[in-house]
Amino acid sequence: MFDQLSQRLTGALDALRGRGRITEENISGALRQVRMALLEADVALQVVKIFIEAVKARALGAEVSRSLTPGQAFIKIVHDELVSVMGGQENEDGQKPEPGLNLRTPAPLVILLAGLQGAGKTTTAAKLTRWLIGQGKKRVLLASADVHRPAAILQLERLAEQVGAAFCKPWAEGAPLPKAEDIAAAALEQARKSLFDVLIVDTAGRLHVDAEMMEEIKRIDQVLQPRERLFVVDSMAGQDAVNAARAFSEALALTGAILTKADGDARGGAALSVRQVTGKPILFMGTGEKVAALELFHPERIASRILGMGDVLSLVEEVEQQIDQDQAQKLARKLGKGKGFNFTDLREQLTQVQRMGGISAMLEKLPSQLKGAAAAAPGQFDERQIKRQIAAIDSMTPRERRRPNLIDGSRKRRIAAGSGVQVQEINRLLKQQLQMQKAMKKFSKGGLNRLMRGMGGRRPPL
Amino acid sequence: MFGSRSKAPADNRPTASAADTPAGKAGFFSRLRARLNRGDSWLTRDIAELLPGRQIDAEVLEELETRMLTADVGVEATEEILGKLRDQVARKELKDFDALLAALKSAMLAILSPCQQPLTVASTGKPFVVLVVGVNGSGKTTTIGKLARRFKDQNLKVMLAAGDTFRAAAIEQLQVWGRRNAVPVIAQHSGADPAAVSFDAMEAAKARGIDVLLADTAGRLQNQAHLMEELKKVKRTLQRLDPQAPHEVLLVLDAGLGQNAVAQAVQFNDAVGVTGLVLTKLDGTAKGGTVLAIAQRLGLPIRFIGIGEQAEDFDEFDAQAFVEALVSGPA
Repeated sequence: MFDQLSQRLTGALDALRGRGRITEENISGALRQVRMALLEADVALQVVKIFIEAVKARALGAEVSRSLTPGQAFIKIVHDELVSVMGGQENEDGQKPEPGLNLRTPAPLVILLAGLQGAGKTTTAAKLTRWLIGQGKKRVLLASADVHRPAAILQLERLAEQVGAAFCKPWAEGAPLPKAEDIAAAALEQARKSLFDVLIVDTAGRLHVDAEMMEEIKRIDQVLQPRERLFVVDSMAGQDAVNAARAFSEALALTGAILTKADGDARGGAALSVRQVTGKPILFMGTGEKVAALELFHPERIASRILGMGDVLSLVEEVEQQIDQDQAQKLARKLGKGKGFNFTDLREQLTQVQRMGGISAMLEKLPSQLKGAAAAAPGQFDERQIKRQIAAIDSMTPRERRRPNLIDGSRKRRIAAGSGVQVQEINRLLKQQLQMQKAMKKFSKGGLNRLMRGMGGRRPPL
Repeated sequence: MFGSRSKAPADNRPTASAADTPAGKAGFFSRLRARLNRGDSWLTRDIAELLPGRQIDAEVLEELETRMLTADVGVEATEEILGKLRDQVARKELKDFDALLAALKSAMLAILSPCQQPLTVASTGKPFVVLVVGVNGSGKTTTIGKLARRFKDQNLKVMLAAGDTFRAAAIEQLQVWGRRNAVPVIAQHSGADPAAVSFDAMEAAKARGIDVLLADTAGRLQNQAHLMEELKKVKRTLQRLDPQAPHEVLLVLDAGLGQNAVAQAVQFNDAVGVTGLVLTKLDGTAKGGTVLAIAQRLGLPIRFIGIGEQAEDFDEFDAQAFVEALVSGPA
C-alpha cells in the first residue's frame, strides 16, 4: 500500500519531467495522485480539498520559476505546504512556534485531556507528567475524572506512582464514586492548596455525538477553567477524526492536540485534519508503550509519512533510541584502547538489530525507491540467521567469546553441536568477527568516536 | 468498586439477551441504522435531491466516490465498487437513481455477504478458546465483557483469561467485567508472561469443565515485531494443551480507524491467523467503511459489531442490514 502510493506519485510526476514549467494541465494528474495519497493516508476529504487548492495556487505561482525540475519543485511544494499547514509555519514575528507547552504560567498549570474512547488519554496523561517533570515542573498532581470505564481510575493511579506524581483521590476506599466534575473540583483545590506546579485531569473517552457526555466534559471544563485543553487523537484515526475534532473544539475551546500511537505504521493523516479544523497546534506525539515515549511534534516527519516518502528521520531516531548509548560508548572506549572486537561485542550488535524489529522493520521505514535496492542486498540480513548466530555465540565459553583465536577445529565442532548449526556456519561467524574487527580498527583513534556520535546523542537538526 | 456506577452495561439490563428475540433483532437493525448515521452523513444523502431528473452521469458517480472515501472505504475498494457501477452505466443498465442505489448495494453486498459468518461454538473439545487481539484502544476488553455475557446467556460456562499483563490496571478492568457477568477470571500479577497466563487459564478451564475461554491480550501495534512474536508465543502455548486452540482468533477493530485497519488485519492475520473480526464503536459518526476494504482484500468473517455501550448494542454482523444502513440512512 505504502509503496504503491509513493510510486504512483512518482509516476505522475514523471510526466512533469522534461517540461519547462508547471502549468495547470500538466499538474492535474499529479494533483490527483496527491489527492489519492492524502485520502489513503486518512486525511479528511474536506481538508484534502482545501489543501489541494493551496498546493495548486503555490505551484502555479512564481515560486517555481527558479526550480531545478518541475517534478522536484512540485514535491517540495506539496511537502512544504503540508509542513506549514501542520504548524511548522512562521508567525508574524518570523519565528516558528515552539512545540510543546508554554510553561511560563502561574502555578498550578491546569491541563484537561479529552478525546474519543481508546485514543490513549490515560497513557498520555502519564507521559505528559513525565515530560513536565523532566522540564523542571517537579510537583505534578494527576486526577482521573473517568468514572465510566472499569478500572480507569486505578490505571492512572498506578501510572502516577510509576512516573512519580501525586494522585488525587478525594473519596474513601469503597465509597461510591463522586461525579466527574466533583473530582475535578477537588483536584483543583488540592493543587492550589498544596502548591502543585501542574494539575493534569484525565477524562473518560466519549463520542462527540453523545450529548450527555459532552455536557459532562463541559461541566468539568467549567470547574477547572484549564489553561490547556488538549485533544488526544489516535494517529490511526480515519475520516471521522475531523468531525470529532470539530465537535470537541466547539465544546471546549481546545488549545492544542496530542497525536498518539505514532510508532505504528499508520500514515497519520488525522494530524492534518485535526490541525486544519481546530486551528490549534499539535504539541506532542506518543511514540511507544513506555511512559518515556512522548516526543515534541515534528510536522516535517509526519508530512513525509503522509506523502509516503518514508520516514528516514524516524528510523534514525529509532536507531538512536534502541542502541544503548552506554554500550556504544563502552565499545568505543574499548576500541580506542586498541582492544579487539570480540564475540561479546558482535552478540551485542546482533541483538540490537533484533531489538529494532529486525532488518525488515527497518526497511519498512525507507522510502520505496531505496527499499527495493536494500531488500535485494545479500542474505546476510536474514533474521533467522541472526538468531542462529546469537545461538552459536551463546554456545561459546566466555573465554572463547573474549578471545576468538582460541577457537580451533575441536572447539568449532563443540560450538556447532551446542547451537545446532553446521561447522561451516561457525567458520562464517569467525570470518565475520574478523572482518568487523578490521573495520573497527580503521575507525578507532577518533574515527569511531565520531561515528558513534553521528549515530547517537545528537538529534538531526529539524 | 468503580464498576458499580458505570453507565456501561452493568445495570438494569434484561435477564435474557434482547437481541435473540425476533423483535430484538429488528430493534438492533433500526438502532444500527440510526446510530450509523448520526450527523446526517450517510452515503446517498441528498444525492437524489442534488440531481433531480438527471441521468446517472460521471458527476453523480464522482459524488458517490467522494462519499465512499469519506466513509473510510479506501481508494482501492471504492474503485472496485465504482468500476462495476461505471460499467453498468456505460451499458445503460442504470436508468435512474433508484437503479443506481440498488446497484451500489449489490456491489457492496457482493463483497460483504461472504463475510457474514456467525461465530459458532463447537461443542467438541472443551474449552472453546477465543483469543482476542488488536491494537491499543480498539476495545478488546469491553468486547470480552460483552461476549462473556452473550455466551453466558446461551447457558455456556465462560471463563476469562487476563492476558494483558502490560497496561496498568488492565487486569482489574477485566476482573470488573468478570464480576458483572459472574464468570471466573484467571489472572496473574502485572508484568507476568502472557503465555503463562493463558496456559494457566487453559488448564483451569479444562479442570472446571468450562465451555468458552475468552483470552484477553495486551493491545499492540502490528508493526512492533517483538510484540507480535509475543502473541505467537501465546498461541503456541495454548496449542500445547489443545492442538486445535485457539478455536477463534478475534481481531477487534475500531470503526473510527482509517486505512491502517487494513494493515492491521493483514499483519495480525499473518502472525496468528485471524479467524474473525469484531467492529466496535459504530455509534459515532464513523462509518466503519474499512470493513469493505478488509473484506475485499482478505475476506475474513466479520463476527460481531458494536453500536453502543449497552449489552444489546452488540450483535452478529448482518451484511444486508449493514449495507442498508450505510447506503440508505436511517429508516
